[in-house]
Order: sequence, then C-alpha cells, then structure tokens
Amino acid sequence: MSSLRTAIAALTCTALLACAGCGGVGAALTPETAGLTTMGFGLPDEHATARVAAYRAAHPETPVRIVEGAFDAQQFLSSVAAGRPPDLVYADRTTLGGFIARGALQPLDDCVRRHRVDLGQFRSAALGQLTYQGRLYGLPEFNLVRVLLVGEDTVRAAGVAPERVSTTDWGALAELTDRLSEVDGNRLRRIGFDPKVPEFLPLWAKANGADLVSPDGRTPRLDDPRVVEAVAFTTDLVRRQGGWPVFKALRDSFDTHGARNEFATGQEAARPMENWYINTLANNSPKAAVSVRPFTDRQGNPISYASGSAWGIPVGVRDPAKACEFAVTMTAADTWFAAAKARKEALARKGRPYSGTYTANRVADGRIFAELYSAASVPLIDAGVRVVLDLQDKAFALPVVPAGLEFTQAYEGAAHRVLTGAQDPAGAMRQAQREAELAIERARR
Amino acid sequence: MSVVRRESRWAWFFLAPWLIGLALFTIGPTIAGLVLSFTDYDLVNPPRAVGVANYADLLADPKVGTALWNTAVFTVLHVPLQIVLALAIAVLLHRMAVARGFFRTVLYLPVMTPPVAMAAMFLLLLNGQTGAINELLSWFGVDGPQWTTDPGWIKPGLVLMSLWTVGSTVVIYLAALSGVAPELYEAARLDGAGRWGQFWHVTLPQISPTVYFTVLVNTIASLQTFTEAYSMFFGAGAQSGTDGDAALFYVIYLFQQAFGALRMGYASALAWLLFLIILVVTAFQVRASRRLVHYEGSPR
Repeated sequence: MSSLRTAIAALTCTALLACAGCGGVGAALTPETAGLTTMGFGLPDEHATARVAAYRAAHPETPVRIVEGAFDAQQFLSSVAAGRPPDLVYADRTTLGGFIARGALQPLDDCVRRHRVDLGQFRSAALGQLTYQGRLYGLPEFNLVRVLLVGEDTVRAAGVAPERVSTTDWGALAELTDRLSEVDGNRLRRIGFDPKVPEFLPLWAKANGADLVSPDGRTPRLDDPRVVEAVAFTTDLVRRQGGWPVFKALRDSFDTHGARNEFATGQEAARPMENWYINTLANNSPKAAVSVRPFTDRQGNPISYASGSAWGIPVGVRDPAKACEFAVTMTAADTWFAAAKARKEALARKGRPYSGTYTANRVADGRIFAELYSAASVPLIDAGVRVVLDLQDKAFALPVVPAGLEFTQAYEGAAHRVLTGAQDPAGAMRQAQREAELAIERARR
Repeated sequence: MSVVRRESRWAWFFLAPWLIGLALFTIGPTIAGLVLSFTDYDLVNPPRAVGVANYADLLADPKVGTALWNTAVFTVLHVPLQIVLALAIAVLLHRMAVARGFFRTVLYLPVMTPPVAMAAMFLLLLNGQTGAINELLSWFGVDGPQWTTDPGWIKPGLVLMSLWTVGSTVVIYLAALSGVAPELYEAARLDGAGRWGQFWHVTLPQISPTVYFTVLVNTIASLQTFTEAYSMFFGAGAQSGTDGDAALFYVIYLFQQAFGALRMGYASALAWLLFLIILVVTAFQVRASRRLVHYEGSPR
C-alpha cells in the first residue's frame, strides 16, 4: 500500500511539474539510516550553529544532517508523500499551520510531557499558531513583532513633531499622511505613511477591535464591519499618496537592506514594520534618526502582531523520539542563552554591537536581556529593545486556519482589489469572506 | 537471423532509453494525472474518488477564467511580437556583410540569462517611478506607465520583458534564411520585384515551414508561461495576493493549487484542461498551416 502511495505521489508530482514547466529544487532528501535530517533550517550565524553544536555535544551518538536552505513546501510534500520525510521541518509558523491542519505533522503533546517541557515559558501567541484542536504540533523559535518606525528628520522637515505620528487617531493619521507625503504629478517623491497593506491587515483589523478569523480558525470574519472599516481606512491612506500603482512602484524601488534605505534617504516618513528591520537600519544607516514606537489600537493601547518560525515533526518519521529531543533542545532556554552568548562574542570580535535575541521563549529572553544585553552605542537599538520586549507578550497571532494560504489570499486579494479601485471595501470583503468560507470548508472535508 | 531483423533489434535497443523515459516520465504521469483529476488528493492522505467534482469546481472557479484570460492575452501579444521582431532582426543580420557572427552571438546571449535573474533585472528596469525604461520614455516626452504595479500594464510589461529572449528565434530564422536559394531572388529581381516584393514573394514562402514551427512552439511555451511572472509577482513570500491577479497565469494558478492549497486532484484537472486547450490551439494551427505554409516541391 505504501509503495502504491509512493508511486502515486511520484507520478503526481512529475505530472504537475512537467506541466508547470518547472523542475525540482535539487536532490530529494534521503535520510540516513540513523541520525536526524532537518529541512528548512540554515546555519547563517551563531544563533543556529551554537544551538546545533549544543545538541551534538549532548547527543554525540546521533548524527545530525542539516539540509540548509529555506523551507520548500514542494520538496517537503513530495518527501512526505513518498514516505521519506525529513525528521524535522523548520518553517514559518503560518506555513506549518497549513500542514498541521492537513495532518502532515504529528502532535508533540507526549514529547513535551516526556521531556517535562514547561509550555508556560513559551509566548502564548506563538503556541497558539501551533495548536490545533487542542493539541500542540510544533515548538516555536524566533518571535517577531510589529512596531512603528518613524523617520524623525523627515517628519520634522515636514513641520511635524515626530511624537504626533501615531496610529491611535485614524483621522489625525490621515491628515498627517497628507502632510508627510510628497506627490508631484504622476510621481510620488516620498511616502508619508505606509500602512503596509495588504500584509498587515490583521494588525489594522485588530486595532479596530476585530479578528479576521475565530479563535478556532474555522470561521472567517472578513466581512465584519470593523474589518471593512480597516480596509477602507488603510487603502484610503494609499489613495491619498498617489494611488497604489505609484505608491507600490516607489516602495519597490527602495534600497531597503542597504545604506541608502528609505529612512536614510527620506523617501519614507513612517510605517509599521517587523522588528528585525531595526537591526538592519542600525547596521546599515546607524546615523539615520529613526524612532521606534509601539503600534497602538484606536484606544491608544500598544498592540502587535506576532509571527516567527517553529520546529515540527512530520508524520511517518522513523524515530520521532529523537526528533523531539532535538526540537526540545533547540528551543530550550539554556540553549538559547548559549547561542546568544556565542552571537554576542562573535559580533564583538567584529567590533559590532549585540542587539539582542528575540525568541518565543520568555525565560530565554529574560536571561538574555538581563545578563547579556548591554546598552548599545546605537540609540536605535536601545529604543528598539525596550519597545520590542514590551510588545512581545502583547502581540496576537492568527490561529491555525485550515486552508491557511487560501485564507490569506482571500483577504490580501480583496485589499488589493480595493487598492487598485476594482472593488469597494464592503464588496471586496464580502467576496473574500465567501472565498475563505469555501476554502476552509473544503479543507475540513 | 536476417539483416533486417538484426538491425531492427539494434534499433529498438538504441531507442529503448528514450522509450523507457517516455513511458516513465511522460506517459505514466500523464495517465496518473488523468486518474488523479477524479480524486481529492492532498499528498498527505490517500486519494479519495470524487468523480467529476474537480471539473465541476473548475468551471465554477472564477480564478480559472482570470488565469485563462491572462494567459490568452499574454500569448496573443507575445507570439506575434516575438515572431515579427525576430524575423526583422534575422533579415537585417542576414544582409550584413561583416560582423554577422558577432551580432548573432550578442543577440543570443540574453537567452543564456537564468529566467529568475532576468525577472529580477526587469523588475528594476520596469519600475514606474525609478526604472530605466520610463526614464528613456521621458526623454521623448512620454510619461511611462506603472509597468509592474498597475494591473492594466502588468501583462504588457511582461510581454516587453519576454522579447529579451528573442535571440533564440532569430538564430532559427537565420539558419532558415541561409537556406533560401539565391537564384530565386535573382528571378524575382528580373521580374521587377523590389526588396519588399522579394521578402513577401520569396523569403516568406521559403521560410514559412520555419515560421510555422516557431509560431507553434512559441504558442505552446506562452500558454505554459510560469517562471518569470512567478519570480516577479508570486515568489519569495509573495505567494498570496499582494500583487493581485493581473499576472496570475494559468500554470501559476495550477502550481498554487497543487503545492500551496495541496489540491493535487484539482491541479490535475487544471493540467488536463490546459492540455486540451493546447491540443485545440495546435490543431487549429496545423489546419491553418495547410493553406499558409509552403513546402518545397508541394503545390501551393
């Protein structure tokens, strides 16, 4: 039966890939007869290398093969279907959520019980992204939150006090956007405020008191009037700045990861952004005056939207106990602390400041920022640390949604249709609601 | 054993690798795809028979219509432009007395560029605010469109980009042009034909089998277009609807359904629909070729 399924899977993948005109992504994973193979994890710095080294030191009898590279759903699914999955997968928690709902990953409840893992040390939003129908399917790793970045010099040059840039009063934000942006005919010279839609729509909806989906992930709420209002407001901010085509074109032209990034050059005044960008700015343009603030809801309360990576164990692996041991070690507070220490020392050797390590493990972060982190020479990093740490436990995340990709496509596609003027906000979100309901219903069948 | 029989065995022997490959990697998966198109299969759980439900879903899915429309528009714009441009360049190159080889190489070089690198380069060139193409247009007083962000201009932008690889068709036409007998041009000149007359009455009929071949393969390739548009608008985390559906070509939608939504049965049905569309389009082209393509020695 298993060989029949393998044959079916291989033939299906070959047929679809042949038709799609695309090849594979390299040699298929062929796990060794013993040891562990991971997929989706890389070894770019000490955060990764030191933790893998910690596992190897503790378990010298278990060879670990890290297949470096970003997680590839096509490769993973082919390996699962062929009955030869990697022992562990490492991916974005939203991506893993889709596989959890399909039954491609195995529950870890027994694993965490056996290793006496205190789940209370993990941030609840991160755990929520890995919990489906009451069972835990993954262990969270890094944790990202969204903050508000304000280019102080650019804002001041427009005659606005940087403190006034806030997401609390939507009417005031719209007026501020008009003052901060610079439109010259068909050209947009500066983005005053980028609401980061469609991507950050969950955050804007939450700021308006609405969730895009029910806590169990089964009932979309995309046509909730408060969601529609959030779509109308954020897309109007873009319309005020020349409209989506010129707005997006200018955004696409930014040297976001370079020294001449949009904040350094004054091409953008303010936007919400994931906290990783604070380090990028601090490294590439340390002299750019950028302040970090919490994103606030309409009552002025700091809120954020969390995301990040996690480890999962596919169904059908040969030795789930060993795989579990690896995931537990990689996400343990001690391991994180050792990795952060190694990272700090490596950066010091290069003469660069250590800007902290943000994990989904509250205990690890507590130790790291109490014992390892010291005020950096770059004010942006210090400001970032204070805000990000404060937001870590205030952040929400979307739960596991069956048909997660289609759900995201539904609301992002709807926001895009409003941005391009193809539909009004209410009509677009009604359509998105129908699409999401259908996709979730189909996935649950 | 007779010579014929022995040679026949050797022929089968040498053909065997290709035949085995054809059976294993083309015919087998094609049949499997047909069977799976009648199932609900997510690669994780065993396939479940659903009859013609996938085909019914396909007819009711508005995105299929959008993807087909996008693909058809791209094909209708890309194929004639590619053929006309390639033919024009090939005729010019054929007439060059010197440095023909150099220009042939230069024109073919872009074909060697990996499609993903090409897509990244054109995202910069086509940027409506800072791209070089709009900068060039502005020299002539033209306010260029937002090629990569305006839904109405995304497909024309992709067509423009697709002409980057015109060199492959140019090389084929150059080979065909060198096969046209010079005495035919001489006879045409004696009959008073000018350059256009010679091209229309001699060159085009003589190379029409080659033109037919390039139209055929370019049409099939256009209907399967994937890599460049996927890299520009759907790759690296942008797999959702951030850029809308203007670049949602049929095979991109098929790929999303297969490896994003894990609907292998539905994706198989989509693949079979595309196969049938290509079959019909090709049959139409074959039929049209009987009147338009001139083969040496055959009556016109």
